[in-house]
Amino acid sequence: MWAYLLRRALLSAFAIFGVLVIVFFLSHIIPGDPIAAILGPQAPNDLIEDLRRRWGLDRPVHEQFVRFLGRLARGDFGQSIATRRAVVQDLREFFPATIELATVAIIFGVAAGLSVGIISAVAHGQWIDHVVRFLSLIGLSMPVFWLGLILLFIFYYRLGIFPGPGQLDIFLPRPPTVTGLITVDALLARDFVALRNALGHMLLPAVVLGSHALVGIARITRASMLEVLGQDYIRVARAKGLAERTVIVRHALKNALLPIITVIGIYYGGLLEGAVLTETVFAWPGLGRYATSAILSQDFAAIMGATILIALVFSLANLAVDLAYGVLNPKIRYE
Amino acid sequence: MASSIPRSATSKPRPAARAGPRSLVWRSLRNPLTLAGVLIIGALVGIALVASLIAPADPTRTNLEIRFDPPTRAHPFGTDQLGRDILSRVIYGTRVSLRIAILTAVIATTIGAPLGIVSGYFRGRVDDLLMRLTDMFMAFPRLILAMAIAAALRPSLENVIIAISLAAWPAYARLARSVTLGLREETFVEAARALGAGSMRILSRHVLPGVLSPLVIQISLDMGGIILTAAGLGFIGIGAQPPTPEWGVMIADGRNYITQQWWVSTFPGIAIALVVFGFNLLGDGIRDLLDPRLRGRGR
Repeated sequence: MWAYLLRRALLSAFAIFGVLVIVFFLSHIIPGDPIAAILGPQAPNDLIEDLRRRWGLDRPVHEQFVRFLGRLARGDFGQSIATRRAVVQDLREFFPATIELATVAIIFGVAAGLSVGIISAVAHGQWIDHVVRFLSLIGLSMPVFWLGLILLFIFYYRLGIFPGPGQLDIFLPRPPTVTGLITVDALLARDFVALRNALGHMLLPAVVLGSHALVGIARITRASMLEVLGQDYIRVARAKGLAERTVIVRHALKNALLPIITVIGIYYGGLLEGAVLTETVFAWPGLGRYATSAILSQDFAAIMGATILIALVFSLANLAVDLAYGVLNPKIRYE
Repeated sequence: MASSIPRSATSKPRPAARAGPRSLVWRSLRNPLTLAGVLIIGALVGIALVASLIAPADPTRTNLEIRFDPPTRAHPFGTDQLGRDILSRVIYGTRVSLRIAILTAVIATTIGAPLGIVSGYFRGRVDDLLMRLTDMFMAFPRLILAMAIAAALRPSLENVIIAISLAAWPAYARLARSVTLGLREETFVEAARALGAGSMRILSRHVLPGVLSPLVIQISLDMGGIILTAAGLGFIGIGAQPPTPEWGVMIADGRNYITQQWWVSTFPGIAIALVVFGFNLLGDGIRDLLDPRLRGRGR
């Protein structure tokens, strides 16, 4: 088990290193000058030269790369050009908002997805099953960013049921930062007005972000439940006269859970992808929006930092899936 | 054994699916949802082909006097912030999206299939290397990888295609490899080898045809995802650049005006959803056919 963990960790580290290489060299072989981009076209030449020397951009590419790796090893991700702060500090500030949003989104996706999946498995072949299948295909087809815009338009601008973009109403003071998770911070400060407000703000983006996970989880739940419901022990359970509810929840769902859990882990990692788009639409101050604006302003250190962090979380989610698999299914042994 | 050599060596290898490709198509079209998917995609390809004939206006001609016209007879989808006709832009957008999807599929398989076939056929060090390489690429969410690459290459339509292809090829390489692993043990490959055929000939004449059909099926399943990724990149501003009538860019255009001028973002979004829906219906139908466990369950 430990050998397996170690091998997986090495593999992830290798993968992240590989992506570093790709992104680093791609961004260096393509002509384009980040310094000119920051300082603007009117910047005097000696200023450009000075900055170039100070950031080591005048050295050969491979030398820059080695120095870059050395700094990374010391935990120094460099300085963001746009925010003029250490990238590590930026990440620490933006990351919790994404984790919070992704967690609420996956809770929503799992709860709704499981229910929908179970219902359509139990009612399979009936009209409700067909309707669900049709709706879920439509849900999968909509771009998340567009869905977000349309929901904002309907529920915020037109109906006024949900609050608008952002994490809090602007007139509310943000509770003092302890964990960086706004709901937890509000709870710690006993600021229930802010808590309520923050939860309200989170609802719409979480639904949008979780929508693809919902559909995926519902589909795998349905398929897995159908597989299990055809087994002999289900027939036995029914023959024993157990209530249908007990049969479905205790006997069927428990055994159908294995593939579902795999998918949940994969979707949690995948939420980071959706977060980039969802955060842009909802002006959510998270990692996705940070990465996007870094890319648009060619903020190299910030791009690298965000990429590494996202890769790390994604790998961890995948690892968690594999481990959960082993715990839940004793038949699988790690070599 | 002896009797099987001439037949296997001269006739084409049979495709992985036991039923011929023609009957596969025929059976899939009997499912009304799959048929709907085919019709949607067919219609969009048609629209893309004759875009210049059916679009009522030039998709990039601006006219500030009619900016933000709501949907009317003259402009069924309204006009945008520069007074461009949104219907025409949506129509021309089918060209852009289909071009991205097709080119990405072609590039990704052109990289992935040969690598997968070679590594599955020769095994050994090459194979190990390729597997580690694909692990590396697949350790990333596709959009994030494409974003990083697109950012490094600078935003443009061509670079979006390159970025998504680079993010997508490992999956095809893996598929080609696993199919090849099975094919290399087949009698007809063994026979060809016994007859003295060189590796190149075996790979191109006997293995490649068998690898193609699963690849094509996988691509048809991925098309929707590719279009969504491209639109997402366009939306955040690192994909196609204005004034290209790309749907993601158009949604981003309307983003700031959504309160009053809802039509600017709404129609391109519907267009994306429709194309992806078509591909999803088709993919679902194909998957149903190929996975016998799910057959007859009305999935």
